[in-house]
Amino acid sequence: MEVAMPTTSTPTTARGRRARRRPSWGRVVGWVALVVALLVTLFPFYWMVRSALTPNADVVGDAGRLWPSHPTIINFARVLGLVSTAEAQAAGGSGASIQFGLYLWNSVCYCALIGFCQTLCCTMGGYAFARLSFRGRGLIFNILVAALMVPGIFTLLPNFVLVRDLGLLGTIWGMVAPSLLMTPFALFFMRQFFLPIPRDVEEAAMLDGAGQFTIFWRVVLPMARGPLITIGLITLVWAWKDFLWPLLIGRDETTRTVTVALGVYLQQSPNRQPDWTGLMAASTVSVVPVVILLAFLGRRIVESINFTGIK
Amino acid sequence: MTGWGKSRGAITDGLSQPVGPAPRPPRPLRRHRRGDGRVALIFIAPILVGFAVFYLYPTVRGLWWSFTDFSLIGQANFVGLDNYAAALRDFEFWNSMRVTLCYVILNVGSQTVLALLLATLMHRLTRSVILRTTLLLPWLVPNVTVGLVWLWLLDADLGFVNRLLGSMDLGPVGFFTNPSLGIMTVSLVNTWAYTGYNALLLYAGMLQIPPDLYESAAIDGAGEWKLFSRITLPLLRPVLALVLVVSLIGSFQIFDTVAVTTKGGPVNATRVIYYYIYQQAFTYFHLGYAATMAILLVLVLGVLTFVQLRLLRASESQLA
Repeated sequence: MEVAMPTTSTPTTARGRRARRRPSWGRVVGWVALVVALLVTLFPFYWMVRSALTPNADVVGDAGRLWPSHPTIINFARVLGLVSTAEAQAAGGSGASIQFGLYLWNSVCYCALIGFCQTLCCTMGGYAFARLSFRGRGLIFNILVAALMVPGIFTLLPNFVLVRDLGLLGTIWGMVAPSLLMTPFALFFMRQFFLPIPRDVEEAAMLDGAGQFTIFWRVVLPMARGPLITIGLITLVWAWKDFLWPLLIGRDETTRTVTVALGVYLQQSPNRQPDWTGLMAASTVSVVPVVILLAFLGRRIVESINFTGIK
Repeated sequence: MTGWGKSRGAITDGLSQPVGPAPRPPRPLRRHRRGDGRVALIFIAPILVGFAVFYLYPTVRGLWWSFTDFSLIGQANFVGLDNYAAALRDFEFWNSMRVTLCYVILNVGSQTVLALLLATLMHRLTRSVILRTTLLLPWLVPNVTVGLVWLWLLDADLGFVNRLLGSMDLGPVGFFTNPSLGIMTVSLVNTWAYTGYNALLLYAGMLQIPPDLYESAAIDGAGEWKLFSRITLPLLRPVLALVLVVSLIGSFQIFDTVAVTTKGGPVNATRVIYYYIYQQAFTYFHLGYAATMAILLVLVLGVLTFVQLRLLRASESQLA
């Protein structure tokens, strides 16, 4: 919230400054550096898409070309499982079943479940820790947040055994369980948001006879829309990038997420060379949702990053 | 780690107290006045359950395992401090720690310097949201995808980078396959992935600095370097310290990129601590030993965080 103000107010001053100053060498060098940074950022994505559009037969011939000599979408078709095994093998596949459509769906379910439940639970919890008074509030909160310090691998091993013992290996529930209800970060973030907000509105609602739940649903949640979207987006992105945990729990084809499937696909390659064109098509599939998210919510995400950066 | 002993009691207190019938008369009265106890329990119940089952219980369990010979199958036998002694004698453990440290220094160092440069350029030149969105793109992509794309770009035979080097008569470089280059390559790949994100954090910090400072300094004839070293850098220190803490801790936990690109090879030259723990647990099923190494990692990270937070606090008080 604090950051949003400077971002909206500064463009005018920046424009004024820009108009006053004449272009100097320093500024030219600066812009060149920014453009170079942009190119370095974007080129690997370009190369990924280019390689995905290259027929497998041309991998060697086209290796140094900026655009494939015979562009094709067969690689996308075969990683999405849209062509027969024979056709896929003819196009360079190993013959193993590859259905990135399904993996994409698994990833979406995984992210949506975690994103929704965790954000809701942590908003409720953050509200309680910021607003309601109950015994041991400070102590409990400190203990919960201390878990921020514990690296994932430490709880990962026992959690794996727990999920295995519960018979949840290879199920979506086993995959989402550890992060479904809370992460210390999301809880901390939401509490920090609720702390400085004036209580007037809530108190007014309380005088009108509204209970705590009504206040939460009708007054607090609408007020917290901004940070809710922020923490929801960040949770989504993290879940989308998850690899190690889904790798351990969701190995079966039916629960495999996109990241795990990419790792498995790389190992499936039967020949000396991995199936690069197919792998790049699959990589592109894993990037597309992110690009869509950025296209629609780019400004929002960028501002979220600012927001979390300033605590 | 001592905090965990306390936390166990605290959590059960929090759960049992409001649930059971109040034994003493004054309590309901107070709760009535405040009106929050029961409601608060409902609000925090999901969080307490999630914490108890997936954070607290595994912490206690992991601690216990570190004193046993637990493997994925069978019984856990108490072995005292054997695992800790074994870890301290284990050459591979120290090697993986050394490799991790190399990675962290290369990665955090390069990415912080580059991010600072990028943030300064954006701060002084443009407010473009499109530029910032584009720079953020690599951060939003799964590390697995990042690893794969760079594995392909840097492939010794067919990779674009080696074709480019080849056209300049520079022999093919085994970026991932040369033992002395492997960890550097992995570091720089992740620098590519995280620089934009860190630049945005630092940029947000720079926006907090009052613009008048720059304008009056510019009127006094200060050049860009002076503006950066006298205004930006000192006033950015708290944010910079925060970014450093976060990226350092994150950097120690590198796994995905290594798992995809090198699998710890060649000859363990890129076997970072996370990957070694993973192998001990899920390839050799030495869960007790893996838990021990995870605890040692927690200790290292704890010390580092403590030191860094001290530095952070020191810098904050300096500004106030």
